[in-house]
Amino acid sequence: MSETYHPPLATSRKSAGLPTARLGTWWVVASEVVIFGGLVVSFVMYRMRHGEIWADQASHTKLYAGALNTFVLLTSSYFAVCAHKAAEVGDGKKAANLLVRTILLGGVFLCVKAYEYTSEILAGYGPKADLFWSFYYTATGLHGFHVVAGMVIMGFVAKDAAKGKFLHRVECIGIYWHFVDIVWIFLFPLFYIASGL
Amino acid sequence: MTEASEDESQKHAQEKQSSHKCSKLRSWLFSTDHKVIAFQYIITGMLMAVIGGYMAYVFRMQLAFPGEEVPGFGWVSPGNYNALVTNHGTIMIFWVAMPILLAGFGNFLIPLMIGCDDMVFPRLNRLSFQIFFISALVIIASLHVAGGGFGGAWTAYPPLSTNPDYNLTPLGAVLWVVAVALEFVAFLIGGINFVTTTMNARAPGMGMMRIPLVVWMIVIASILFMVSVGPLIAGAVMLLSDQLAGTAFYDPTNGGDPLLWQHLFWFFGHPEVYVVLLPAMGVVAEIIPVFARKKFFGYKAALYVTIATGVLSFFVWAHHQFVSGIDPRMAHLFTVTTLLISVPIAELCFLFIATLFGGSIEFRTPMLWAIAFLVEFLLGGVTGIYLGSSGSDIYFHDTYFVVAHFHYTFFPIAIIGMFAGITHWFPKAFGRHLNEKWGKIHFWGTIIPFNFIFIPMFFLGLGGQHRRIFDYRHFPELALNDLQDLRILATVATCVLIAFQIPFVINFFRSMRKGKEAGENPWNATTLEWSTSSPPPHGNWETLPTVHRGPYEYGIPEVKEDYLPQHIETPQTSNG
Repeated sequence: MSETYHPPLATSRKSAGLPTARLGTWWVVASEVVIFGGLVVSFVMYRMRHGEIWADQASHTKLYAGALNTFVLLTSSYFAVCAHKAAEVGDGKKAANLLVRTILLGGVFLCVKAYEYTSEILAGYGPKADLFWSFYYTATGLHGFHVVAGMVIMGFVAKDAAKGKFLHRVECIGIYWHFVDIVWIFLFPLFYIASGL
Repeated sequence: MTEASEDESQKHAQEKQSSHKCSKLRSWLFSTDHKVIAFQYIITGMLMAVIGGYMAYVFRMQLAFPGEEVPGFGWVSPGNYNALVTNHGTIMIFWVAMPILLAGFGNFLIPLMIGCDDMVFPRLNRLSFQIFFISALVIIASLHVAGGGFGGAWTAYPPLSTNPDYNLTPLGAVLWVVAVALEFVAFLIGGINFVTTTMNARAPGMGMMRIPLVVWMIVIASILFMVSVGPLIAGAVMLLSDQLAGTAFYDPTNGGDPLLWQHLFWFFGHPEVYVVLLPAMGVVAEIIPVFARKKFFGYKAALYVTIATGVLSFFVWAHHQFVSGIDPRMAHLFTVTTLLISVPIAELCFLFIATLFGGSIEFRTPMLWAIAFLVEFLLGGVTGIYLGSSGSDIYFHDTYFVVAHFHYTFFPIAIIGMFAGITHWFPKAFGRHLNEKWGKIHFWGTIIPFNFIFIPMFFLGLGGQHRRIFDYRHFPELALNDLQDLRILATVATCVLIAFQIPFVINFFRSMRKGKEAGENPWNATTLEWSTSSPPPHGNWETLPTVHRGPYEYGIPEVKEDYLPQHIETPQTSNG
């Protein structure tokens, strides 16, 4: 079916003045925001209730690993922006190249995360150790899942972009990747920095 | 015609020529055509309605004739009873109301009403249905696993839902959460598609204030769903990990709080009522001007009150939790917002009545359903006032008064709204009319028993009959004969209602092949879907239409006919 598939005319219309793909991506982001929003708000409510105990638990998260990961993700976003810029001028090869760098940095992020998980669990802070850790693994796990999803999709986009096809998708996956970044920007202070509250 | 639209029509012709080269069944099953996907949603929804209806029949029989074998099911155990009640609620809301009203009508109507050839993301649309279909299989499977289907009520409050020692369904409960979560994903994808399509793929001339109300309402409902379901998805992830990994998000002995689930659930659960209500309201808003031959009274007002309802619906959720031990000050606040939300909805009903006023009303089957919606939903809304006030809710909470109340809202939404839409757009979908006589028999055979089911329940609730009780003989003050008579009345009415669905099914399938030919515009309606052939071809139009006016132009003095379709250029050249 995919060989006979032609996008309908509806796809190319722009009544709202925005390209359809970008508009759709923004709605995806909007629906994701509330998913993480629900999780983060639940965490904050519990955190306020359990103040001292959770502050103690939070001090066991690896601040430096988290900071490194923040740096890695932000850098990857920089490459995503550069890829978008290259795609705008029609340079698919360069865009694909930059997207691959983004993917690699996503991989670095996951490696650091894996190291963190392993050492936390070995130190006795598994998902069932305390409710704080349940939240930690749920939130960072859900975020990690989004990182993996973003990397996979970006792989497909980069493959097409290298052939000069579907260059508008570079921007869309960039929007999604920035969103994944921003989620981390919220999770990092909540779980790593705010241990003294 | 502008240059852009000429270019468009060329591309449109090209797109239509690229025919699918697969077998017929295969191409139907895997079609990306929005109309086919709409049928798939509606058919799946109606099959699920059969399952949900069967469940209602079984547990109603158990309540009326406790301890006796139910014909067609056998002896009902308490576990069975819980699973039946739980899954009746879940299926009717998530697998009947949502797919038919939101996804089914949304898919069928949005591209046809805004004048484009398909959804903007047709393959995502197909994916959305496929995920939905899998979720339906999962919920059916959950009824047949060891331990039986989940029996912790459709609200799935912890600890009942998290602890297998309490719910006795270690697999059923997990599968229930998985099915619901999959269903959410399907409707998120579908909703994104609806909103993007309506924003971006409108026909030239289709300004914001020319979009038919049903499209507006489906879009607003999709946005409500998108915004409200997120926290519950997060909540479902936590529930799953409580069930499977043994975490303690909802377990107070280890620092969690079961109230968190209630907040997350109802933060979604209340807007969800409006997610299914708004499309049904939209269907009624389309039908009333057509059969009253009158312009919709207060199009903009209807739009604004719909938006107001949507916004307000996010601030009423805790009225489900008045007896959960929430702060009385918070209960006050939520009483006020709950009573407030009845204002825009009442306004909408008044607009419908104002549209009817002075029109030349024709009581065809769709119109009967539309008016029945108004009347029955009014009862549901008015009884909601008692439940929304925290003081009286303490007495009514978890009695059959609540059951009767929300069935008086959900039945008009899901069943009456569905039949209104199906009878109204059947000629468009299949090119043939439904049989009027059998349609009316089905109508009265549904509406009259419906009232006989749920009016007794109001009295049962006032009599103190608590919900979710398997056998009232164990409660001496509830086992009295006068209460039991009302239960039997409701059960008999349930059976009558179910029996009267048979004429509809026969009528539906007979009329599909043998009904009277309908032609392009059998109702002399004005919106765009009536400007193409019935059924619309793949790609919907030969040349995509251009829009020249609002959706409800009836009785304009300058034109000969009493209606002026949206796509006709000037009144002078109008030839109907």
